[in-house]
Amino acid sequence: MNIHEYQAKEILRSYGIPVPRGRVALKADQVQRTAREMGGRCVVKAQIYAGGRGKAGGVRLVANPDEALLAAKDLFGKTLVTPQTGPDGLIVRRILVEEAVEIAREFYLSITLDRQTSRYCVIASAEGGMEIEALAEKSPEKIHILTIDPYIGLRPYQARKLALALGMTGRLCEECVALITNLYRCCLEKDCTLVEINPLVITKADWLLAMDAKVNFDDNALFRHPEYPDMTDLSQIDPLEITAGEFDLSYIKLKGNIGCMVNGAGLAMATLDMLSEYGGAPANFLDVGGGATRDRVAEAFKIILGDPDVRGVFVNIFGGIMRCDVIAEGVIAAASEVGCTLPIVVRMDGTLVEEGKRLLDESDLNVKFTHDLAEGVESIVGMVGKSSD
Amino acid sequence: MSVLVNKNSKIVVQGITGRAGLFHTRQCREYGTNVVAGVTPGKGGTVIEGIPVFDTVEEAVGETGADVSMIFVPPPGAADAVLEAAAAGIGLAVCITEGIPVRDMVLVKRKLQETATVMIGPNCPGIITPGECKVGIMPGDIHKKGRIGVVSRSGTLTYEAVKQLSVIGLGQSTCIGIGGDSIIGMNFIDSLRLFNEDPETEGVFMIGEIGGGAEEEAALWIRENMKKPVAAFIAGRTAPPGKRMGHAGAIVSGGKGKAEDKIRTLQECGVMVAASPAQLGETMVRVMK
Repeated sequence: MNIHEYQAKEILRSYGIPVPRGRVALKADQVQRTAREMGGRCVVKAQIYAGGRGKAGGVRLVANPDEALLAAKDLFGKTLVTPQTGPDGLIVRRILVEEAVEIAREFYLSITLDRQTSRYCVIASAEGGMEIEALAEKSPEKIHILTIDPYIGLRPYQARKLALALGMTGRLCEECVALITNLYRCCLEKDCTLVEINPLVITKADWLLAMDAKVNFDDNALFRHPEYPDMTDLSQIDPLEITAGEFDLSYIKLKGNIGCMVNGAGLAMATLDMLSEYGGAPANFLDVGGGATRDRVAEAFKIILGDPDVRGVFVNIFGGIMRCDVIAEGVIAAASEVGCTLPIVVRMDGTLVEEGKRLLDESDLNVKFTHDLAEGVESIVGMVGKSSD
Repeated sequence: MSVLVNKNSKIVVQGITGRAGLFHTRQCREYGTNVVAGVTPGKGGTVIEGIPVFDTVEEAVGETGADVSMIFVPPPGAADAVLEAAAAGIGLAVCITEGIPVRDMVLVKRKLQETATVMIGPNCPGIITPGECKVGIMPGDIHKKGRIGVVSRSGTLTYEAVKQLSVIGLGQSTCIGIGGDSIIGMNFIDSLRLFNEDPETEGVFMIGEIGGGAEEEAALWIRENMKKPVAAFIAGRTAPPGKRMGHAGAIVSGGKGKAEDKIRTLQECGVMVAASPAQLGETMVRVMK
């Protein structure tokens, strides 16, 4: 789960990690007022669920409250396109106004899960500000990685070694030790899959400061943090993905015109691959899950049809625990409710497949049934047309 | 022979009285699995469907000699259930539960390093030795006793492979669903190692997907150690980048995670990769020749 930079910084601050003075604003005049409180010169930062904002013009240094107002008027409602947003970009609804800071040096610092060791690890580099992936490609020797043994946690001596490797000495080194150990405590207690400070800076006044922050929560741990869902900014998420989330469906909007409903994430991904291979363009990823009910299937189908780009629907179900007659009932219920006239191809196999086929055949839907995966993919691409047509 | 489970395996079901736990206990028994005990704290001393229920795994093991655990405990208690199984000396803990927090699994994984317990999963369909023992949620009837070991990160995609292997006449020795989470127990290499030594397994089909670097590591291991032919399929060639993958997560595994990299590495190591999910069985037949 994503949150905004300003929320991430509030969390870091609550763990004693120094962050710039700042306040979030929802309107341009709030930005102006906050800038005045900051003493005029400040940074106006668009809040979107993606990095790379600076290059996209989403971060502005302003000299006075009037400039802040102009920047805010320009940014609010604007769509920012960065390498991380995808081509459609994300719309700016919130702005963080922060004190301007004179920077002496920049670092990179994060804690995340290392899948290889199944442990959290600290990643640090004296080359801050740039994307860590780019740095890993260019000069991996400049990245320091510390793997944390969960039995003993992150010890001060380990954090010190890291701080020294970053070139910090004396008082700054000890402050950095405290910062790194606090960051680890935050990562654990808040169930984060990523806490990232990029850049961590030493100011010209010789203080450590987290200039930018990113926090990702572990979706699986939401039951321990009932406050998290309220932190979500729904303006940053596709509306169909929001609806899907309410029904516990895994849905991702894509660019094409063939709606897809599949059970199982692996099979869903493989189905998208196959559609593309046959020249089609999938409109979405949708995993209805292993034990979906008739109602959930119906909701899933309605979400697919809620996408105006969809010109046809491909249903691919390998019924194991999930019965094919249940899928058929759900599809029929949803399609009749919304009056769907689009071509539908249903490929089903497994438990009670003949019963599912009978239900579909008896319905009034424009539906073609097949057992064969390749035939199903070929049919829907044939009906909807290839992506280049 | 087969790997990890067979007709002699004695199963204890943790979370047997829950909806999913009970449903799948019935399904496994119908398949012929020897379910000897259930565990649900607070319900010790009761009997469900003729199966004795205990408060702890330790009691269940002591009374029934159970050696394999199938875990359906919901996410908040699932990590504890795995640790309990390990503490009770269970040899194989199959954790079906989906949605266990990463932080919990980091600790479980650390603890398991010190025990003899092997964990499969979490977030997996389980393990099945066709005709002998099913410990999981896979549909039993698509399986057929045979020569191919199957190891997979995905659920339904495995069923697809299994069905094709059955129809084409190769069948399966044992199928292991290692699970789709970022922290799992047994991995590809652990499974390949077992299949390599199993006289009934003549070839292996492995199913991977985007994310992490486990497929690449398996590919290198295969090149150095595998005595039997291996075919593979990787899902997610057209998945949009950055949608589910963590930001800095990719860097620790060295920028790995893309389907094309996995496919290339596998091919370089002599593994034939199926071009589409409709050709899994065919691809296996080709490498067995």
